[in-house]
Amino acid sequence: MAAKVSRDNQIVPAMLFLIPASIGFLAFFLWPTIRGIYLSFTDYNLLRDPTFIGFQNYIDIFNDAVFWRSMAVTFQYVFINVGLQTVIALALAVLMHRFTRSMVIRGVVVLPYLIANVIVALVWFWLADYSLGLINAAIDWLGFSKIGFFGSEAWAMPTIALVNVWRHVGYTALLLFAGLQAIPRDVYEAAEVDGAGEFRVFRSVTLPLLRPVLAFVLVVTVVGSFQIFDTIAVTTGGGPVDATRAINFYIFERAFERFDFGYASALAVILMILLATIALIQNRLLRANESDMER
Amino acid sequence: MSIKTPTKRAKKVRASSAEDPAMAKSPVSKFFGRLALAIVVIITLFPIYWMVRTAFSDNRAMFGEPLSLLPVNFTLGPIERVLGLATPEEAIAEGGSGASINFGLYMLNSIITATLITVFQIAFSAMAAYAFALLKWKGRDAVFNLFLIALMVPVIFTILPNFVLIKELGLLNTIIGIALPAMFMTPFAIFFLRQFFFGVNLSIIEAAVIDGASQWRIFSRIAVPLVWPQIITLALLQFIFYWNDYLWPLLVGTTEESKLITVGLGIFRSQTPAGNPDWAGLMAGALLAAIPIFILILIFGKQIVGSIQSSGVK
Repeated sequence: MAAKVSRDNQIVPAMLFLIPASIGFLAFFLWPTIRGIYLSFTDYNLLRDPTFIGFQNYIDIFNDAVFWRSMAVTFQYVFINVGLQTVIALALAVLMHRFTRSMVIRGVVVLPYLIANVIVALVWFWLADYSLGLINAAIDWLGFSKIGFFGSEAWAMPTIALVNVWRHVGYTALLLFAGLQAIPRDVYEAAEVDGAGEFRVFRSVTLPLLRPVLAFVLVVTVVGSFQIFDTIAVTTGGGPVDATRAINFYIFERAFERFDFGYASALAVILMILLATIALIQNRLLRANESDMER
Repeated sequence: MSIKTPTKRAKKVRASSAEDPAMAKSPVSKFFGRLALAIVVIITLFPIYWMVRTAFSDNRAMFGEPLSLLPVNFTLGPIERVLGLATPEEAIAEGGSGASINFGLYMLNSIITATLITVFQIAFSAMAAYAFALLKWKGRDAVFNLFLIALMVPVIFTILPNFVLIKELGLLNTIIGIALPAMFMTPFAIFFLRQFFFGVNLSIIEAAVIDGASQWRIFSRIAVPLVWPQIITLALLQFIFYWNDYLWPLLVGTTEESKLITVGLGIFRSQTPAGNPDWAGLMAGALLAAIPIFILILIFGKQIVGSIQSSGVK
């Protein structure tokens, strides 16, 4: 009885164990969140104290053509990036599940994800360079006309989206692969007995049972994809013109190139609300926590 | 009895590899499946190979042979150039810019920063996770959920006020200024460490409590050693994450003494002349920045893959 009482009342050691993490949480997560929301209602250039201006930043953003254009290119990026990434990752996960158990292949596939965005961006910037890059040299050699992958308005954002598909697809595939492994073996045995073919097995067995993991992966990739920054910063710098000025890059420009911290904070608040809304809607639509598995 | 044992073993082997019902059987699908996997492996590895090939090429000679699969006029020049070991004359002769660049220093800065963050973050997060998983107190789940909310806040949102804070603390352009916000905790690390501690056998802890051991002693001598392999893998993933981080160090560390490797690479790229870029030098810098990660993957690849896999399905 005495032991039980002491176990149920461990608030003193718990508080002591939580001291360092709480300092970090309060100083670098909670306080900046409150401060960021406050700054979004101010005019602040880092040099003078912030002055409260109410909803002026939000009104300005609503009338800011650059902001709307930025949202448009961000959605373009997310659509191409997440769309292709999910489809290819799903195919790759099924391939790994049906045809190999090799740890080396899984290691290779996840390798790009562990390399820095900056490195990946530079390698592809070089591969896709207009005058000397391998891809254009190959296109030229085959007799087609070269493509300005990073240099043309039409190609720049799709190119950046593809580069990040390359970087992330293996990681996503690995998460989906883990989901596939959690599917009970006997359903495959049953499908085999029924004489189901490769595609039939995928459509009627694999896909429905994978849905919870797929939903989780989609939420994570969409939210991550909206925050594209590194690749743009080291390759196009938002250009050509404004073709790759995604929202994160625009926030960065307003804050650290034009020192408009109040305005940038308001943009960040809008991004945060947008991401929270998308995560909620996705969770609902995909019924993330329910499985089709009836057991 | 003695007859039964071998069949049992045979059954086990069968279930684990060759006769896995999830694996395809027909030779035709096997052929196409493996072919597709081979193509994926090539597409994944080729750009990395191309980085290596370019890093050992002569920047001038390379332009004559853009399709050559091997390094053009094999040379260590680009590597020496970005490590600041080549004279400006040597660098210019091989197509470099001649500007001084010191990736050795940036790598050292990155190693110090990523190590500092990883060690403190994992230690402090483990303490918090222990309180959330193995101690019993009122409000435990509420506080834990509050910590998890931080996961929902986009990085760019906290970066702006945190930059102001680090500036106010006078820590701009210092390693500690780059490391500080991440050193205390991240919700991600606390979440996974809590999962690890949930796996600890409670009877061991209870026995220690009855023996009169202090909570600190139970944490450091019993709980942490029990989940040590998982902690190491998580630490590796966090180290790689902070090694690769770009935006925050770009804002906070802009001097030579505080520049991290990713930031140095970005600046090298923006300074390279547009009409005549030093691609070999850029790829040499990229390769140097990637080498520590390659080494970690070669040694710990299996654990890293396992850890990523388990992060998807709780």
